[in-house]
Amino acid sequence: MPLLSIDDLHVALGGHCILENIDLHIDRGEVVTLIGPNGSGKSTLLRVIIGAVQPARGQLVREQGLTIGYVPQRLAIDPTLPLTVARFLNLPRRHSSRVLRQALEQAGVPGLMQHQVTDLSGGQLQRILLARALLEKPDLLLLDEATQGLDYRGTADFYRQIEAVRRELGCAVLMVSHELHVVMRTSDRVVCLNRHICCQGTPERVVASPAYQGLFGAGTGDALALYRHGHDHDHFTAASAPSTADASHQGANVNA
Amino acid sequence: MLDDFLVRAALAGFGVALAAAPLGCFVVWRRMAYFGDATAHAAILGVALSLLLSTSVFAGVLVVSLLMATLVSLLSGRGYAMDTLLGVMAHSALAFGLVAVSFLSGVRVDLMAYLFGDILAVAPQDLALIAVGVLLVVGLMGWRWSALLTATLDADLARASGIDPKREQLVLTLSLAVVVAVAVKVVGALLIAALLIIPAAAARPFCRTPEAMVLLAAVVGAASTTGGLQAAYWFDTPTGPTIVCLAAVLFVLSSFVALLKRKLARPAASSDALR
Repeated sequence: MPLLSIDDLHVALGGHCILENIDLHIDRGEVVTLIGPNGSGKSTLLRVIIGAVQPARGQLVREQGLTIGYVPQRLAIDPTLPLTVARFLNLPRRHSSRVLRQALEQAGVPGLMQHQVTDLSGGQLQRILLARALLEKPDLLLLDEATQGLDYRGTADFYRQIEAVRRELGCAVLMVSHELHVVMRTSDRVVCLNRHICCQGTPERVVASPAYQGLFGAGTGDALALYRHGHDHDHFTAASAPSTADASHQGANVNA
Repeated sequence: MLDDFLVRAALAGFGVALAAAPLGCFVVWRRMAYFGDATAHAAILGVALSLLLSTSVFAGVLVVSLLMATLVSLLSGRGYAMDTLLGVMAHSALAFGLVAVSFLSGVRVDLMAYLFGDILAVAPQDLALIAVGVLLVVGLMGWRWSALLTATLDADLARASGIDPKREQLVLTLSLAVVVAVAVKVVGALLIAALLIIPAAAARPFCRTPEAMVLLAAVVGAASTTGGLQAAYWFDTPTGPTIVCLAAVLFVLSSFVALLKRKLARPAASSDALR
Protein backbone atom coordinates (compact mmCIF):
# COMPACT_ATOMS: atom_id res chain seq x y z
CA MET A 1 0.00 0.00 0.00
CA PRO A 2 1.37 3.43 -0.88
CA LEU A 3 2.13 6.02 1.82
CA LEU A 4 -0.28 8.38 0.25
CA SER A 5 -2.89 7.94 -2.43
CA ILE A 6 -4.89 10.69 -3.98
CA ASP A 7 -7.72 9.79 -6.29
CA ASP A 8 -9.72 12.06 -8.52
CA LEU A 9 -9.10 15.09 -6.30
CA HIS A 10 -10.73 18.43 -7.02
CA VAL A 11 -10.03 21.62 -5.11
CA ALA A 12 -11.85 24.92 -5.42
CA LEU A 13 -10.97 28.09 -3.53
CA GLY A 14 -13.24 31.10 -3.59
CA GLY A 15 -15.27 29.64 -6.43
CA HIS A 16 -12.22 29.07 -8.61
CA CYS A 17 -11.10 25.65 -9.58
CA ILE A 18 -7.50 25.24 -8.38
CA LEU A 19 -6.93 21.54 -8.93
CA GLU A 20 -8.88 18.95 -10.87
CA ASN A 21 -8.64 15.23 -11.60
CA ILE A 22 -5.55 14.74 -9.48
CA ASP A 23 -4.40 11.15 -9.14
CA LEU A 24 -1.17 10.77 -7.27
CA HIS A 25 0.39 7.90 -5.36
CA ILE A 26 3.56 8.07 -3.35
CA ASP A 27 5.44 5.03 -2.17
CA ARG A 28 7.92 4.71 0.65
CA GLY A 29 11.39 5.98 -0.22
CA GLU A 30 10.32 7.69 -3.42
CA VAL A 31 11.40 11.20 -4.41
CA VAL A 32 8.66 12.91 -6.36
CA THR A 33 8.91 16.46 -7.62
CA LEU A 34 6.04 18.73 -8.55
CA ILE A 35 6.85 21.20 -11.25
CA GLY A 36 4.57 23.67 -12.93
CA PRO A 37 4.14 27.35 -13.66
CA ASN A 38 3.13 29.89 -11.00
CA GLY A 39 -0.46 29.45 -9.90
CA SER A 40 -0.63 25.88 -11.13
CA GLY A 41 -1.71 24.59 -7.71
CA LYS A 42 1.53 23.03 -6.49
CA SER A 43 1.47 24.59 -3.02
CA THR A 44 -2.26 23.97 -2.77
CA LEU A 45 -1.69 20.29 -3.41
CA LEU A 46 0.82 20.15 -0.55
CA ARG A 47 -1.62 21.99 1.68
CA VAL A 48 -4.33 19.47 0.83
CA ILE A 49 -1.97 16.70 1.89
CA ILE A 50 -1.28 18.26 5.30
CA GLY A 51 -5.01 18.88 5.75
CA ALA A 52 -4.99 22.68 5.51
CA VAL A 53 -7.25 22.72 2.46
CA GLN A 54 -10.36 20.60 2.13
CA PRO A 55 -10.87 19.06 -1.30
CA ALA A 56 -14.20 19.71 -3.00
CA ARG A 57 -14.27 16.16 -4.30
CA GLY A 58 -12.08 13.11 -4.41
CA GLN A 59 -10.20 10.98 -1.97
CA LEU A 60 -6.98 11.30 -0.05
CA VAL A 61 -5.81 8.29 1.89
CA ARG A 62 -2.77 8.40 4.14
CA GLU A 63 -1.13 5.32 5.51
CA GLN A 64 -2.10 4.64 9.12
CA GLY A 65 0.09 6.70 11.47
CA LEU A 66 1.85 8.56 8.69
CA THR A 67 4.29 11.16 10.03
CA ILE A 68 4.68 14.18 7.82
CA GLY A 69 7.61 16.58 7.85
CA TYR A 70 6.68 19.87 6.25
CA VAL A 71 9.01 22.64 5.14
CA PRO A 72 6.97 25.68 4.12
CA GLN A 73 7.93 28.15 1.43
CA ARG A 74 8.60 30.77 4.06
CA LEU A 75 7.91 31.33 7.71
CA ALA A 76 6.93 34.78 8.95
CA ILE A 77 7.46 34.97 12.70
CA ASP A 78 6.03 37.97 14.46
CA PRO A 79 8.89 40.03 15.94
CA THR A 80 7.03 40.18 19.25
CA LEU A 81 7.57 36.44 19.68
CA PRO A 82 10.96 35.68 21.25
CA LEU A 83 12.14 32.29 20.03
CA THR A 84 15.54 30.66 20.06
CA VAL A 85 16.44 28.09 17.45
CA ALA A 86 16.60 25.44 20.17
CA ARG A 87 13.09 26.28 21.36
CA PHE A 88 11.82 26.24 17.79
CA LEU A 89 13.29 22.80 17.14
CA ASN A 90 11.53 21.60 20.30
CA LEU A 91 8.11 22.46 18.90
CA PRO A 92 5.78 20.70 19.18
CA ARG A 93 7.78 17.88 20.81
CA ARG A 94 10.93 18.17 22.90
CA HIS A 95 14.17 16.47 21.95
CA SER A 96 17.39 16.01 23.88
CA SER A 97 20.06 18.65 23.37
CA ARG A 98 22.36 16.02 21.88
CA VAL A 99 19.78 15.27 19.20
CA LEU A 100 19.32 18.98 18.52
CA ARG A 101 23.05 19.58 18.19
CA GLN A 102 23.30 16.70 15.78
CA ALA A 103 20.37 18.00 13.73
CA LEU A 104 21.96 21.44 13.39
CA GLU A 105 25.28 19.93 12.39
CA GLN A 106 23.60 17.85 9.72
CA ALA A 107 21.81 20.93 8.49
CA GLY A 108 25.16 22.67 8.13
CA VAL A 109 24.38 25.37 10.69
CA PRO A 110 26.06 24.32 13.94
CA GLY A 111 26.25 26.88 16.72
CA LEU A 112 22.97 28.62 15.94
CA MET A 113 21.21 26.93 18.86
CA GLN A 114 20.82 30.05 21.00
CA HIS A 115 20.19 32.50 18.14
CA GLN A 116 16.82 34.18 17.77
CA VAL A 117 14.86 32.76 14.84
CA THR A 118 13.97 36.29 13.70
CA ASP A 119 17.69 37.12 13.39
CA LEU A 120 18.41 34.30 10.97
CA SER A 121 19.03 34.88 7.29
CA GLY A 122 16.61 33.34 4.81
CA GLY A 123 19.01 30.56 4.01
CA GLN A 124 19.72 29.74 7.65
CA LEU A 125 16.01 29.67 8.42
CA GLN A 126 15.40 27.30 5.52
CA ARG A 127 18.04 24.91 6.87
CA ILE A 128 16.57 25.13 10.37
CA LEU A 129 13.11 24.39 8.99
CA LEU A 130 14.44 21.28 7.30
CA ALA A 131 16.26 20.23 10.47
CA ARG A 132 13.05 20.62 12.43
CA ALA A 133 11.05 18.60 9.93
CA LEU A 134 13.63 15.80 10.07
CA LEU A 135 13.62 15.62 13.88
CA GLU A 136 10.19 14.02 13.72
CA LYS A 137 11.64 11.19 11.59
CA PRO A 138 8.97 11.64 8.95
CA ASP A 139 7.67 8.95 6.61
CA LEU A 140 6.89 11.65 4.10
CA LEU A 141 8.80 14.88 3.71
CA LEU A 142 6.97 17.74 1.99
CA LEU A 143 9.13 20.57 0.68
CA ASP A 144 7.49 23.67 -0.75
CA GLU A 145 10.17 25.45 -2.76
CA ALA A 146 12.37 24.86 0.23
CA THR A 147 15.55 26.14 -1.38
CA GLN A 148 14.18 29.63 -1.90
CA GLY A 149 16.68 32.10 -0.50
CA LEU A 150 19.52 29.61 -0.41
CA ASP A 151 22.68 30.45 -2.28
CA TYR A 152 24.10 28.08 -4.81
CA ARG A 153 26.20 26.19 -2.31
CA GLY A 154 23.29 26.07 0.12
CA THR A 155 20.99 24.61 -2.51
CA ALA A 156 23.50 21.90 -3.36
CA ASP A 157 23.94 21.09 0.35
CA PHE A 158 20.20 21.04 0.81
CA TYR A 159 19.58 18.45 -1.88
CA ARG A 160 22.56 16.42 -0.74
CA GLN A 161 21.00 16.30 2.70
CA ILE A 162 17.65 15.29 1.27
CA GLU A 163 19.28 12.39 -0.54
CA ALA A 164 21.12 11.35 2.63
CA VAL A 165 17.91 11.53 4.61
CA ARG A 166 16.10 9.39 2.13
CA ARG A 167 18.88 6.81 2.31
CA GLU A 168 18.98 6.79 6.11
CA LEU A 169 15.34 7.24 7.06
CA GLY A 170 13.87 5.69 3.96
CA CYS A 171 11.28 8.43 3.84
CA ALA A 172 9.47 9.54 0.76
CA VAL A 173 9.94 13.10 -0.45
CA LEU A 174 7.39 15.20 -2.28
CA MET A 175 8.79 18.57 -3.27
CA VAL A 176 7.77 21.60 -5.22
CA SER A 177 10.67 23.06 -7.10
CA HIS A 178 11.50 25.48 -9.86
CA GLU A 179 15.08 24.36 -10.11
CA LEU A 180 14.54 22.08 -13.03
CA HIS A 181 18.16 20.98 -13.32
CA VAL A 182 18.29 19.73 -9.72
CA VAL A 183 14.83 18.25 -10.00
CA MET A 184 15.86 16.18 -12.93
CA ARG A 185 18.92 14.91 -11.13
CA THR A 186 17.43 14.00 -7.79
CA SER A 187 13.90 12.83 -8.55
CA ASP A 188 12.63 9.34 -9.18
CA ARG A 189 9.49 10.79 -10.64
CA VAL A 190 8.47 14.20 -11.88
CA VAL A 191 4.87 15.35 -11.87
CA CYS A 192 4.10 18.25 -14.13
CA LEU A 193 1.15 20.17 -12.75
CA ASN A 194 -0.93 22.85 -14.33
CA ARG A 195 -4.24 22.65 -12.47
CA HIS A 196 -4.41 19.06 -13.62
CA ILE A 197 -1.53 16.63 -13.97
CA CYS A 198 -0.18 17.23 -17.47
CA CYS A 199 2.28 14.39 -17.40
CA GLN A 200 4.24 12.35 -14.92
CA GLY A 201 6.98 9.77 -15.00
CA THR A 202 10.73 9.52 -14.88
CA PRO A 203 12.52 12.82 -15.49
CA GLU A 204 13.59 11.67 -18.96
CA ARG A 205 10.06 10.82 -19.98
CA VAL A 206 8.59 14.02 -18.66
CA VAL A 207 11.15 16.20 -20.39
CA ALA A 208 10.49 14.42 -23.64
CA SER A 209 6.72 14.79 -23.38
CA PRO A 210 4.94 17.43 -25.46
CA ALA A 211 2.98 18.65 -22.39
CA TYR A 212 6.20 19.53 -20.58
CA GLN A 213 7.71 21.23 -23.58
CA GLY A 214 4.54 23.19 -24.05
CA LEU A 215 4.85 24.54 -20.53
CA PHE A 216 8.56 25.04 -20.16
CA GLY A 217 9.86 25.19 -23.71
CA ALA A 218 11.90 22.56 -25.47
CA GLY A 219 15.16 24.28 -24.56
CA THR A 220 15.02 23.13 -20.96
CA GLY A 221 15.63 19.60 -22.14
CA ASP A 222 19.31 20.49 -22.44
CA ALA A 223 19.49 21.07 -18.71
CA LEU A 224 18.79 17.41 -18.20
CA ALA A 225 21.43 16.31 -20.65
CA LEU A 226 24.06 18.50 -19.03
CA TYR A 227 23.21 17.59 -15.49
CA ARG A 228 23.02 13.91 -16.11
CA HIS A 229 26.79 13.75 -16.52
CA GLY A 230 27.84 16.90 -14.72
CA HIS A 231 27.21 16.05 -11.07
CA ASP A 232 30.38 17.40 -9.57
CA HIS A 233 30.97 20.29 -11.92
CA ASP A 234 28.18 22.47 -10.76
CA HIS A 235 29.75 25.75 -11.77
CA PHE A 236 30.40 24.66 -15.28
CA THR A 237 26.89 23.39 -15.74
CA ALA A 238 25.42 26.41 -14.05
CA ALA A 239 27.05 28.67 -16.56
CA SER A 240 25.94 26.66 -19.54
CA ALA A 241 22.47 25.60 -18.46
CA PRO A 242 20.05 27.45 -20.71
CA SER A 243 16.65 29.12 -20.21
CA THR A 244 14.77 28.56 -16.92
CA ALA A 245 17.51 26.71 -15.12
CA ASP A 246 19.99 29.29 -16.28
CA ALA A 247 17.98 32.22 -15.04
CA SER A 248 17.58 30.83 -11.54
CA HIS A 249 21.22 29.95 -11.39
CA GLN A 250 22.55 33.28 -12.38
CA GLY A 251 20.66 34.81 -9.49
CA ALA A 252 22.03 32.25 -7.10
CA ASN A 253 25.59 32.87 -8.22
CA VAL A 254 25.29 36.57 -7.64
CA ASN A 255 24.10 35.87 -4.11
CA ALA A 256 26.98 33.53 -3.44
CA MET B 1 -6.59 37.39 56.70
CA LEU B 2 -9.19 37.32 53.90
CA ASP B 3 -11.30 39.61 56.06
CA ASP B 4 -9.08 42.49 55.09
CA PHE B 5 -10.41 44.07 51.89
CA LEU B 6 -6.92 45.18 50.88
CA VAL B 7 -5.61 41.62 51.10
CA ARG B 8 -8.55 40.41 49.01
CA ALA B 9 -7.91 43.14 46.47
CA ALA B 10 -4.22 42.26 46.25
CA LEU B 11 -5.01 38.57 45.81
CA ALA B 12 -7.59 39.34 43.12
CA GLY B 13 -5.12 41.54 41.25
CA PHE B 14 -2.43 38.91 41.59
CA GLY B 15 -4.68 36.21 40.20
CA VAL B 16 -5.80 38.25 37.24
CA ALA B 17 -2.21 39.18 36.43
CA LEU B 18 -1.29 35.50 36.52
CA ALA B 19 -4.04 34.47 34.09
CA ALA B 20 -3.54 37.50 31.87
CA ALA B 21 0.18 36.81 31.35
CA PRO B 22 0.08 33.74 29.08
CA LEU B 23 -3.07 34.89 27.34
CA GLY B 24 -1.73 38.42 26.90
CA CYS B 25 1.41 37.03 25.28
CA PHE B 26 -0.69 35.13 22.75
CA VAL B 27 -2.80 38.23 22.13
CA VAL B 28 0.42 40.12 21.32
CA TRP B 29 2.05 37.34 19.26
CA ARG B 30 -1.07 36.70 17.22
CA ARG B 31 -1.93 40.38 16.84
CA MET B 32 -5.26 39.94 18.52
CA ALA B 33 -5.26 43.18 20.51
CA TYR B 34 -8.51 44.35 19.00
CA PHE B 35 -9.94 40.91 19.52
CA GLY B 36 -9.29 41.31 23.24
CA ASP B 37 -10.87 44.73 23.17
CA ALA B 38 -14.04 43.53 21.48
CA THR B 39 -14.41 40.67 23.93
CA ALA B 40 -13.79 42.88 26.93
CA HIS B 41 -16.18 45.59 25.81
CA ALA B 42 -18.89 43.01 25.33
CA ALA B 43 -18.66 42.48 29.09
CA ILE B 44 -20.80 45.58 29.68
CA LEU B 45 -23.53 44.01 27.61
CA GLY B 46 -23.13 40.92 29.79
CA VAL B 47 -23.46 43.04 32.93
CA ALA B 48 -26.68 44.60 31.63
CA LEU B 49 -28.17 41.25 30.67
CA SER B 50 -27.35 39.61 33.96
CA LEU B 51 -28.88 42.51 35.91
CA LEU B 52 -31.95 42.31 33.69
CA LEU B 53 -32.31 38.58 34.25
CA SER B 54 -31.07 38.89 37.83
CA THR B 55 -28.42 36.20 37.39
CA SER B 56 -24.83 36.41 38.58
CA VAL B 57 -22.85 39.13 36.86
CA PHE B 58 -19.92 36.78 36.51
CA ALA B 59 -22.02 34.27 34.55
CA GLY B 60 -23.57 36.96 32.37
CA VAL B 61 -20.21 38.43 31.47
CA LEU B 62 -18.75 34.99 30.81
CA VAL B 63 -21.55 34.01 28.43
CA VAL B 64 -21.65 37.27 26.48
CA SER B 65 -17.85 37.47 26.23
CA LEU B 66 -17.75 33.89 25.04
CA LEU B 67 -20.37 34.64 22.38
CA MET B 68 -18.49 37.72 21.26
CA ALA B 69 -15.13 35.97 21.15
CA THR B 70 -16.60 33.05 19.22
CA LEU B 71 -18.32 35.37 16.77
CA VAL B 72 -15.11 37.29 16.18
CA SER B 73 -12.99 34.19 15.67
CA LEU B 74 -15.58 32.73 13.30
CA LEU B 75 -15.60 35.90 11.23
CA SER B 76 -11.82 36.20 11.25
CA GLY B 77 -11.44 33.19 8.96
CA ARG B 78 -13.67 34.60 6.25
CA GLY B 79 -11.68 37.38 4.75
CA TYR B 80 -13.44 40.38 6.26
CA ALA B 81 -11.41 43.52 6.86
CA MET B 82 -10.75 42.48 10.41
CA ASP B 83 -9.65 45.72 12.03
CA THR B 84 -12.72 47.56 10.77
CA LEU B 85 -15.05 44.77 11.76
CA LEU B 86 -13.52 44.45 15.21
CA GLY B 87 -13.68 48.20 15.70
CA VAL B 88 -17.35 48.10 14.83
CA MET B 89 -18.06 45.18 17.15
CA ALA B 90 -16.00 46.38 20.10
CA HIS B 91 -17.61 49.77 20.27
CA SER B 92 -21.14 48.74 19.41
CA ALA B 93 -21.02 46.04 22.11
CA LEU B 94 -19.99 48.74 24.55
CA ALA B 95 -22.64 51.17 23.35
CA PHE B 96 -25.43 48.59 23.40
CA GLY B 97 -24.34 47.56 26.86
CA LEU B 98 -24.45 51.12 28.15
CA VAL B 99 -27.86 51.72 26.61
CA ALA B 100 -29.16 48.43 28.00
CA VAL B 101 -27.97 49.33 31.50
CA SER B 102 -29.79 52.68 31.29
CA PHE B 103 -33.08 50.79 30.81
CA LEU B 104 -32.63 49.20 34.21
CA SER B 105 -34.41 52.00 36.01
CA GLY B 106 -35.48 49.77 38.89
CA VAL B 107 -31.98 48.84 39.97
CA ARG B 108 -29.39 51.31 41.04
CA VAL B 109 -26.34 50.38 39.02
CA ASP B 110 -22.93 51.73 39.68
CA LEU B 111 -21.79 51.68 36.08
CA MET B 112 -18.38 53.04 36.95
CA ALA B 113 -17.67 49.87 38.92
CA TYR B 114 -18.08 47.80 35.77
CA LEU B 115 -16.37 50.19 33.40
CA PHE B 116 -13.31 50.81 35.56
CA GLY B 117 -13.44 47.97 38.05
CA ASP B 118 -13.91 47.97 41.78
CA ILE B 119 -11.10 45.88 43.11
CA LEU B 120 -11.57 47.13 46.66
CA ALA B 121 -15.07 45.65 46.71
CA VAL B 122 -13.91 42.11 45.94
CA ALA B 123 -15.85 39.84 48.28
CA PRO B 124 -14.61 36.44 49.48
CA GLN B 125 -16.99 34.68 47.06
CA ASP B 126 -15.63 36.83 44.20
CA LEU B 127 -12.17 35.74 45.21
CA ALA B 128 -13.24 32.11 44.96
CA LEU B 129 -14.61 32.70 41.45
CA ILE B 130 -11.43 34.48 40.44
CA ALA B 131 -9.34 31.59 41.78
CA VAL B 132 -11.36 29.05 39.79
CA GLY B 133 -11.12 31.17 36.63
CA VAL B 134 -7.38 31.68 37.01
CA LEU B 135 -6.75 27.98 37.63
CA LEU B 136 -8.87 27.12 34.60
CA VAL B 137 -7.03 29.50 32.28
CA VAL B 138 -3.54 28.69 33.54
CA GLY B 139 -4.32 24.97 33.41
CA LEU B 140 -5.72 25.19 29.89
CA MET B 141 -2.74 27.22 28.67
CA GLY B 142 -0.27 24.86 30.31
CA TRP B 143 -1.97 21.81 28.86
CA ARG B 144 -2.13 23.16 25.28
CA TRP B 145 1.11 25.15 25.50
CA SER B 146 3.16 23.44 22.79
CA ALA B 147 0.24 23.13 20.41
CA LEU B 148 -0.77 26.75 20.96
CA LEU B 149 2.75 27.93 20.33
CA THR B 150 3.13 25.85 17.17
CA ALA B 151 -0.22 27.06 15.83
CA THR B 152 0.82 30.64 16.59
CA LEU B 153 4.04 30.24 14.61
CA ASP B 154 2.38 28.93 11.50
CA ALA B 155 -0.98 27.26 10.92
CA ASP B 156 0.34 24.92 8.23
CA LEU B 157 3.35 23.91 10.30
CA ALA B 158 0.93 23.02 13.09
CA ARG B 159 -1.34 21.06 10.78
CA ALA B 160 1.55 19.03 9.42
CA SER B 161 2.35 18.03 13.02
CA GLY B 162 -1.23 16.91 13.57
CA ILE B 163 -2.33 20.01 15.49
CA ASP B 164 -5.63 21.63 14.53
CA PRO B 165 -5.08 25.42 14.61
CA LYS B 166 -8.84 26.01 14.84
CA ARG B 167 -9.04 23.99 18.02
CA GLU B 168 -6.17 25.97 19.52
CA GLN B 169 -7.91 29.19 18.54
CA LEU B 170 -10.94 27.93 20.42
CA VAL B 171 -8.78 27.38 23.52
CA LEU B 172 -7.65 30.99 23.33
CA THR B 173 -11.20 32.22 22.76
CA LEU B 174 -12.47 30.35 25.79
CA SER B 175 -9.59 31.55 27.95
CA LEU B 176 -10.14 35.12 26.85
CA ALA B 177 -13.79 35.00 27.88
CA VAL B 178 -12.86 33.59 31.28
CA VAL B 179 -10.17 36.22 31.84
CA VAL B 180 -12.61 38.98 30.91
CA ALA B 181 -15.22 37.65 33.31
CA VAL B 182 -12.64 37.43 36.06
CA ALA B 183 -11.03 40.79 35.40
CA VAL B 184 -14.15 42.95 35.12
CA LYS B 185 -14.19 43.32 38.88
CA VAL B 186 -10.48 44.18 39.00
CA VAL B 187 -9.84 46.69 36.22
CA GLY B 188 -13.22 47.03 34.54
CA ALA B 189 -14.35 46.32 31.00
CA LEU B 190 -12.61 49.29 29.45
CA LEU B 191 -9.14 48.43 30.71
CA ILE B 192 -8.98 44.63 30.53
CA ALA B 193 -7.22 44.65 27.19
CA ALA B 194 -4.58 46.92 28.72
CA LEU B 195 -3.88 44.36 31.42
CA LEU B 196 -3.47 41.71 28.73
CA ILE B 197 -1.24 43.62 26.36
CA ILE B 198 0.89 46.02 28.37
CA PRO B 199 2.66 43.53 30.66
CA ALA B 200 3.43 41.27 27.69
CA ALA B 201 4.72 44.19 25.65
CA ALA B 202 6.84 45.42 28.57
CA ALA B 203 8.34 41.95 28.99
CA ARG B 204 9.22 41.42 25.32
CA PRO B 205 12.63 43.19 25.07
CA PHE B 206 14.17 41.12 27.87
CA CYS B 207 13.17 37.65 26.76
CA ARG B 208 14.71 35.06 24.51
CA THR B 209 12.02 32.38 24.78
CA PRO B 210 8.22 32.46 24.87
CA GLU B 211 8.17 30.93 28.35
CA ALA B 212 10.44 33.64 29.73
CA MET B 213 8.15 36.27 28.26
CA VAL B 214 5.11 34.77 29.97
CA LEU B 215 6.91 34.64 33.33
CA LEU B 216 8.15 38.20 33.06
CA ALA B 217 4.71 39.40 31.89
CA ALA B 218 3.24 37.78 35.00
CA VAL B 219 5.80 39.60 37.15
CA VAL B 220 5.07 42.94 35.46
CA GLY B 221 1.32 42.33 35.79
CA ALA B 222 1.57 41.39 39.44
CA ALA B 223 3.80 44.38 40.18
CA SER B 224 1.31 46.66 38.41
CA THR B 225 -1.73 45.38 40.28
CA THR B 226 -0.17 45.35 43.74
CA GLY B 227 1.75 48.58 43.12
CA GLY B 228 -1.32 50.21 41.59
CA LEU B 229 -3.35 49.24 44.62
CA GLN B 230 -0.79 50.86 46.88
CA ALA B 231 -0.52 53.97 44.69
CA ALA B 232 -4.30 54.36 44.52
CA TYR B 233 -4.36 54.26 48.32
CA TRP B 234 -1.64 56.91 48.60
CA PHE B 235 -2.99 59.30 45.98
CA ASP B 236 -6.66 58.51 46.49
CA THR B 237 -7.15 57.68 42.79
CA PRO B 238 -9.47 55.10 41.16
CA THR B 239 -7.76 51.72 41.53
CA GLY B 240 -8.32 50.14 38.08
CA PRO B 241 -6.93 53.05 36.07
CA THR B 242 -4.06 53.45 38.54
CA ILE B 243 -3.08 49.80 37.95
CA VAL B 244 -3.05 50.35 34.19
CA CYS B 245 -1.09 53.60 34.61
CA LEU B 246 1.57 51.76 36.55
CA ALA B 247 1.73 49.03 33.88
CA ALA B 248 2.14 51.76 31.26
CA VAL B 249 4.97 53.35 33.24
CA LEU B 250 6.69 49.97 33.45
CA PHE B 251 6.25 49.59 29.68
CA VAL B 252 7.86 52.97 29.02
CA LEU B 253 10.75 52.09 31.35
CA SER B 254 11.21 48.76 29.61
CA SER B 255 11.21 50.37 26.15
CA PHE B 256 13.72 52.95 27.36
CA VAL B 257 16.06 50.33 28.77
CA ALA B 258 15.73 48.28 25.58
CA LEU B 259 16.58 51.34 23.49
CA LEU B 260 19.57 52.09 25.70
CA LYS B 261 20.76 48.50 25.37
CA ARG B 262 20.56 48.70 21.58
CA LYS B 263 22.34 52.07 21.47
CA LEU B 264 25.12 50.75 23.67
CA ALA B 265 25.44 47.60 21.60
CA ARG B 266 25.61 49.37 18.23
CA PRO B 267 28.74 51.57 18.57
CA ALA B 268 30.66 48.55 19.83
CA ALA B 269 29.56 46.52 16.83
CA SER B 270 30.49 49.22 14.31
CA SER B 271 33.92 49.78 15.83
CA ASP B 272 34.47 46.04 15.55
CA ALA B 273 33.65 46.30 11.89
CA LEU B 274 36.18 49.08 11.41
CA ARG B 275 38.96 47.16 13.03
